[in-house]
Parts: sequence; structure tokens; C-alpha cells
Amino acid sequence: MVCWTPLRTATCLPQKTETAAAVPFIPHTSDEIAAMLDAIGVSDIDQLFDEIPASLTISGLPDVPAGLSEAGITRLMKERAGRNATSVCFLGAGAYEHHIPAAVWEIATRGEFYSAYTPYQAEASQGTLQLIYEYQSMLAGLTGLDVSNASLYDGATAFAESCLMAVRATRQTGSRRILVPRYLNPVWKKVARAMLTGQNIELVELAAVEGRSDLSALAALDGENFAAICIPWPNFLGGLEPVDELTDWAHERGMLVIAVCNPTALALLKAPGEWGGKSADIACGEGQPLGIPLSSGGPYFGFLTCKQALVRQMPGRIVGGTLDVEGRPGFTLTLQAREQHIRRSKATSNICTNQGLMVTAATIYLSLLGSEGLRRVAARCHANTRDLIASLSSLDGVTGPTGACFHEAVLSLPKAVAPVLDQLAAAGILGGFDLSADFPELGHALLVCATELRSAVDIEHYRQALADVLGVPVAA
Amino acid sequence: MSDVPGNLRFTIEHEWVRREPDGTAVVGITDHAQQQLGELVYVELPEAGRVLAVGDAMAVVESTKAASDVYAPLDGTVREVNPALTARPELVNTDAYGDGWLVRLQLTDASQLDGLLDAAAYSDLLAAED
Repeated sequence: MVCWTPLRTATCLPQKTETAAAVPFIPHTSDEIAAMLDAIGVSDIDQLFDEIPASLTISGLPDVPAGLSEAGITRLMKERAGRNATSVCFLGAGAYEHHIPAAVWEIATRGEFYSAYTPYQAEASQGTLQLIYEYQSMLAGLTGLDVSNASLYDGATAFAESCLMAVRATRQTGSRRILVPRYLNPVWKKVARAMLTGQNIELVELAAVEGRSDLSALAALDGENFAAICIPWPNFLGGLEPVDELTDWAHERGMLVIAVCNPTALALLKAPGEWGGKSADIACGEGQPLGIPLSSGGPYFGFLTCKQALVRQMPGRIVGGTLDVEGRPGFTLTLQAREQHIRRSKATSNICTNQGLMVTAATIYLSLLGSEGLRRVAARCHANTRDLIASLSSLDGVTGPTGACFHEAVLSLPKAVAPVLDQLAAAGILGGFDLSADFPELGHALLVCATELRSAVDIEHYRQALADVLGVPVAA
Repeated sequence: MSDVPGNLRFTIEHEWVRREPDGTAVVGITDHAQQQLGELVYVELPEAGRVLAVGDAMAVVESTKAASDVYAPLDGTVREVNPALTARPELVNTDAYGDGWLVRLQLTDASQLDGLLDAAAYSDLLAAED
């Protein structure tokens, strides 16, 4: 057993302290392990686990094969990687394939950035703090709110943390209920329920009609007490919610407004800071579209911004600008009394992992594109999705959505979606997301997405393949 | 040496209590407590109407180096909180026993005041801590 521990903490080994500063990280040698065991009067490490009953221990892992050589494992992994299909992707539903400029990861993986976890003496790493400060400034600008944290684990946990923030900030009302539109990412709702149920916080569904929240359903909720309403932007079906009406309705009833946003969409759509008469209070979302590859689902990062008045309820690290003792500008962690190393069990969150490396990539991505570049990406996504919808809904039996969308929309198919997707996959097309399990009221509903990467050729390829699968003519 | 006014009662958690003529009690943190915390940057106060039992965490005082809970010294209901502290938390540092008060409580049982420390006992406590 090799124990990785900074030597300088091994105070039971006084003979090593002179070298500790020079060699901070090495595995314990067998002599050192023997010395430590001797100090506590134990003959071997296994004896430390004696209190675990023998019936609970195992002596081996029969289903796990023996180790391979480096050459052997490289050969095996290359062979497995070769089996990965290269498909044309029309699938979104929460994670999106965008072009990532080559410079993004070339810079993000430089040694200075690659270990982007903020160190325990954070201010020693001014470069890391400056990058996070710039990230925060960009996300605050994109969402139109005052403050951003240094990121969270992913979009789903950022959403759950937003709900926790809202309940803390409105605790004088005593409400532990959050109003959530039906067409908010169903996986995020599951994650949020897992994090909120233990604190007796309930997500209450707001009914929908024609792919967006039903404003006429609000009247029935008058007199009920909610801490906040969450408004997806766009919603899970790609539709645009009536954000101004929902925001004003919520504020008139003392509720907070949580914007759950796609960051690319914010380059075109109204920022949460401009919603209604008083602006959304909190904005959160999945940062993956900003330069993070799909990578089978992670690592991604969540973003979280809010109005200044709510900053003490915000979880996670926050970097601020400051002056050093000589009056020179610098960066520092700020408002740390919210955090677990000071507040312990009363911290705003004890699971506020920040995805430093992903944030590094996102910051470089946004810097390279600039606001105009991001706007062009968003506009191209929107145009491609409109082309895709027009093209596919020209087929017999396929109908497109009603109302505006951003870069995702629902197609209604004449037959069950799952087998259609299987056949499209065999033709090298990731055809979209089957909505029928989560939203049976939509029938044979397929959620499709076309980012800026999809060309007219890709779209025509999809149209022909879908016509083939559905057995309908490929009329142009 | 910190200031310990003779007309107040105290807790071992470094809170002070002043009985008012109308029967309510005003609560704050002591001069010693504010010295230990350093410059306050934020005070989180309870909502009016909240019912407190002795020992309940009722407020949070946050300085540049620490955040501490303030506990209810007596059973009671929050009648009022100090509205000035939202904008000027440093009043707790500059006038701990005056403008820096935190909460006014409607007491459930005024006789509980007799169980708190008087100025002499609190001064002894501070002397023992030094």
C-alpha cells in the first residue's frame, strides 16, 4: 500500500523534517511505514482494518483480470477506440456539439493551467485567480447579473444549488416549494430532487401548453406560497418561454426568479438581467457548450450568477479584485465566510466543486470568440435548426414545431421514435432525443438540434435517411 | 481591556442583554466579542416574529476572518431587528452596547434574566479567558 501524503505533515518522522521542504511529495518508503506502524504499536497495515468483520471482507477480485503491460493496454485501448462510430450529430437535449477552436485546449492544457484546482493558499496563484475573475466577469455579462461564482460541478447541480439559494434567501416566507415548468430538462429535475428532498424542498410542476409554460395555469396558483420559479431559456423542447410575464408574475408574489439558461443562446436571446420589470434574480446553466467536448457526458461545468443582494447565499468560490499592501492590483478569494472551511456545516454548500480546468477552457473559448463571435455561432445554430426543421418536416407524416425556437425543436413522427433512431444510427446519424418516455403527451416526438457544425449536406443526408427509414418519398 | 457595563446581563457566549421598561429585552454581542471577531462586514439577522428558545442560533456575525453564530440568550419572540446593520455592520464594532444592538426580544419568561451573568461575573469570565 502506497500512501500519498505531503511529508511535511508526517510529524511522527522527525528525522525527515530537514528534507521535507525540498521534497514535498513522495510516497512513503517501507522504512517510513514501518516507523509509523511502530509508533502506534501495530505490526502491519492490515491490522488497522481488524475491526471489519471477516464476513465483510474479500480476498480477491475474481472477475477482474490481471494487469496488462503498458504496450498491451495501449494496443487494447486503440482497438476499442477504433470501434467508436463517427456519426453526424443532431442530438442535443442538454449537451451540444460545437466547434472548439484548436487554441482552446492547446492553451488550457499548458502546465500553468492544467492543474487548475485553486490551491489551498489560493492567492499564491494569481494567474489562476485572474482567469477565474475574467470567467466570472464574462458570465455576469452574458447573464446580465451582478455576480458569478467560480463555477459548480455541472448544469444539473447548478440548478439544484440555485433552488437551495432561493429557499435560503426567502426563508422569511417559510416556503420550501419551487415552481418548475414541465419542459425543464428531466435529468436535471431528477438530480435536483435528489439534492432537495432531504431538505424538504419540493419541486412543483407548472403545466405547459403547446411546448411552453401555460400562463393561464398561473391563476390557479394564486395564494400558494413558492420560494421561486425556474424558467428554462430555451426550454427542454427548444421553445422560448414567456420570460417577462413569468418574471413579473413571480415578483408580484414575492418569489425569486431562477433563469436556467443555455449560454450560447444568451448571445441572441434576452439576458436574464433584462427579464420583466425587475430582472431574474439567479441564473444558472450548463457550461459545456462553451468549449468543452461532449466526452460521453463529462467533465462539464455549471455556471451560477445572481444579483448582488443574494451573493451571501451563493455557494462556491468567488474571486474578487483587490489591492496588495503596496497598492498594486491583484486577485483574492472573497466572501469566504460562506464557505465550508469557515462555516463548516452551515456553509452555503459543502458540495460546491469548481471545475477549474473546464472553466479555463470556457474562458479561453469566450476570449477567442468575443461577444460578436459567440453571437455569430448562436445565429448560425438558429439558422441551421430552422433549415433542418423545414427540410425534415417536408417529408410525409413529419410535422415541425409551432412557435419560436433557438437551436432545438420537436418533430412529430408518424411512428415510434426509438426504432427510427436505431435505424438512423445504423446509417451514421445521431438523429436526436426520443421524448416519448419523459413526455408521453407529445406522442412520437423527436427532439432535434443543428449546431453551427451541421452543413446543408448533413441536413440533406438526414432528410434522405429519414425518408428511407419512414418509407416515404424523398420529394425535394 | 474591554468594556463591561454594569447595567447589563451577559452570557458565556459573549452576548449582552438589556431589560427595557416595556418588558422587552435588547440583545447584542459584547465589546470583547467584537474585538475578537475584528471588523464586521455582514450581520445576518432573524425575521421578526421568529420564536426562539435559549441556545437557538438567531444571527450570524461575519468579519473579514470569521463568521460566528449568535445564540438566543433567553426564550422569546423576535419583535424587531436592528435595521441599521444591513448597511453598516461596523456599528457592532464602534458601539457594541448601543447602536450596534442586534435583536429586540419579547421575553417568554422574564425570570430567565436572573440566570444570566451580571457584570462582575462576566468580567471574571473574561479575566479567566485571558
